[in-house]
Amino acid sequence: MTGNAEISVRVKFFAAPREAVGAGQLERTVPAGTTVEELIRCLTEEYPILRAYTRFLSVAVNRAYVGMQTELHDGDEVACLPPVGGG
Amino acid sequence: MTLFEITPEPLSADAVIARLADPANGAVVTFVGVVRGETDGRAVRYLEYEAYPEMAEETLRQVGREVQERWPTIREVAIHHRVGRLEVGETAVVIALSAAHRPEMFDALHYAIDRLKEIVLIWKKEVWADGVEWRSESGSPMPGSFPYLDTESH
Repeated sequence: MTGNAEISVRVKFFAAPREAVGAGQLERTVPAGTTVEELIRCLTEEYPILRAYTRFLSVAVNRAYVGMQTELHDGDEVACLPPVGGG
Repeated sequence: MTLFEITPEPLSADAVIARLADPANGAVVTFVGVVRGETDGRAVRYLEYEAYPEMAEETLRQVGREVQERWPTIREVAIHHRVGRLEVGETAVVIALSAAHRPEMFDALHYAIDRLKEIVLIWKKEVWADGVEWRSESGSPMPGSFPYLDTESH
């Protein structure tokens, strides 16, 4: 049943990648079992300009840092986080 | 007002210090970060700070926890960071620490501002007369993050 199921995720961008994509938030539907890495790969195909930033990004899912191989679930909030610059 | 806050409103160091008021305190140290009018010899028009507020306040709390783990004599930590457009001379961040006695407080304060720049999920865009740049002073991967994702080398 999960073989062809789809999930919806919310992707958030900040700072330079946000301006490059032209949106702070996107909704995407992907196959169940999609990993963080696969999602980002899809997004760079859709937005080639993102390639300039992906090597500097960390990713948080539902507000916790995760590894690239983390599987996504329906309703996840995926935040693409460039190096910070507060203070 | 809470101890750890991200706000678009102007900051007051006195208001942050007041948050720590306690008769057990014998000392309060503060760091006030203000918008400088030049960077690397270029005149700054203004800065824009942006946060991931849902995670940024938690990372501010993490800085506070780390300070108190390393310096158990620190009674309280308060950090307020402003976001949005800030003009030259405006206050971007206030960090205040309280303790019964002053030893170690300056080391703890130094640690707090360094960690804030490393881990707190806030970004800064510098706008000059002739250009813009998103600036990061950390230059290193985030703690707990995976190795840099390079989609072109996989």
